[in-house]
Amino acid sequence: MNKALEHYLLRLADTALTQSQRLAEWCGHGPFLEEDIALTNVALDLLGHAKLLYEQAAEISDRDVSADDLAFLRDVDAFKNPLLTELPRGDFAYTTLKQYFLDQFNVLLYAALKDSQYEPLAEIATKALKETRYHLTRSRDWCLRLSLSTDEAKQKIQAALDDLYFYTPELFETDDDLNQLIAESIMPDLSVLKEHWQEQVDELLNECQLQVPKSGWVATGGLRGEHSEHLGYMLADMQFLQRAYPGCEW
Amino acid sequence: MKLYEIFIRAKSGLNHRHVGSLHAADAQMALQNARDVYTRREEGVSIWVVEAAHISASNPEQSEPWFDPAADKIYRHPTFYPLDKEVDNM
Repeated sequence: MNKALEHYLLRLADTALTQSQRLAEWCGHGPFLEEDIALTNVALDLLGHAKLLYEQAAEISDRDVSADDLAFLRDVDAFKNPLLTELPRGDFAYTTLKQYFLDQFNVLLYAALKDSQYEPLAEIATKALKETRYHLTRSRDWCLRLSLSTDEAKQKIQAALDDLYFYTPELFETDDDLNQLIAESIMPDLSVLKEHWQEQVDELLNECQLQVPKSGWVATGGLRGEHSEHLGYMLADMQFLQRAYPGCEW
Repeated sequence: MKLYEIFIRAKSGLNHRHVGSLHAADAQMALQNARDVYTRREEGVSIWVVEAAHISASNPEQSEPWFDPAADKIYRHPTFYPLDKEVDNM
């Protein structure tokens, strides 16, 4: 079970870390001061979730590794995040809609993981859920605000939807390890989660008067360590210090 | 965007106190921004926001005629009553 559990903890941790890193890129570049602070606040919350998850993964790992090793010393093909979280941050509408898709997913996921049979994961989920609920309120409000305001804003968030929509099914992908954890009630059945997620998303997109793209290529690969070119650049940025100065501390 | 004045209650039982101001498009956004800007370090348990344009303020140039006359009227302060020792903060 440990191998499957470590795999899933890394999937969750890598997702939170890459999401956090992309949001952190807004630091000093937010559309206005207050939003700049708010975005990086969310980034820090997600970094906190990643830290808890990496620590747990390190603890149960057969290898002698720390949370920092897992975050800073693994290469692209060892990362398990979905492609969605590694996409470049894009413009503010793009970041906002991507964040909404992920917040909506995280709220449903952590609410379900609170009941995980694996106690440490249930505890992390309980803590993360509070913060994630706030993130969802924020990103949801912003989607409405942008979609129902000027033509330019509406056009930008529609373009973001056209780009991002087919990256979302990957959030619900499973493999043999994850199916085993689902059978053991350690994680929720993601196909059920997907139905709830889709309901919420459809409702918001409808309220935003946005057009859902009809069909398209669907992203996949993160769970198997197959990533887009973007992740390599992100890791280069994020891991540079630890790689250039091994063991360096503040 | 509009300017909002932010008031925060530090803990139950205390008053909301003015802590600063920020920009937002609407009251909901102002509340969210206030949460992120002013309560990151456990500064509060409740937030009020008021659009700055809705606050009427006294004129600083008139502070002498408005406020100085109270300075030499100590008999207006309730400091001439003997208090029981048990009463601490009056």
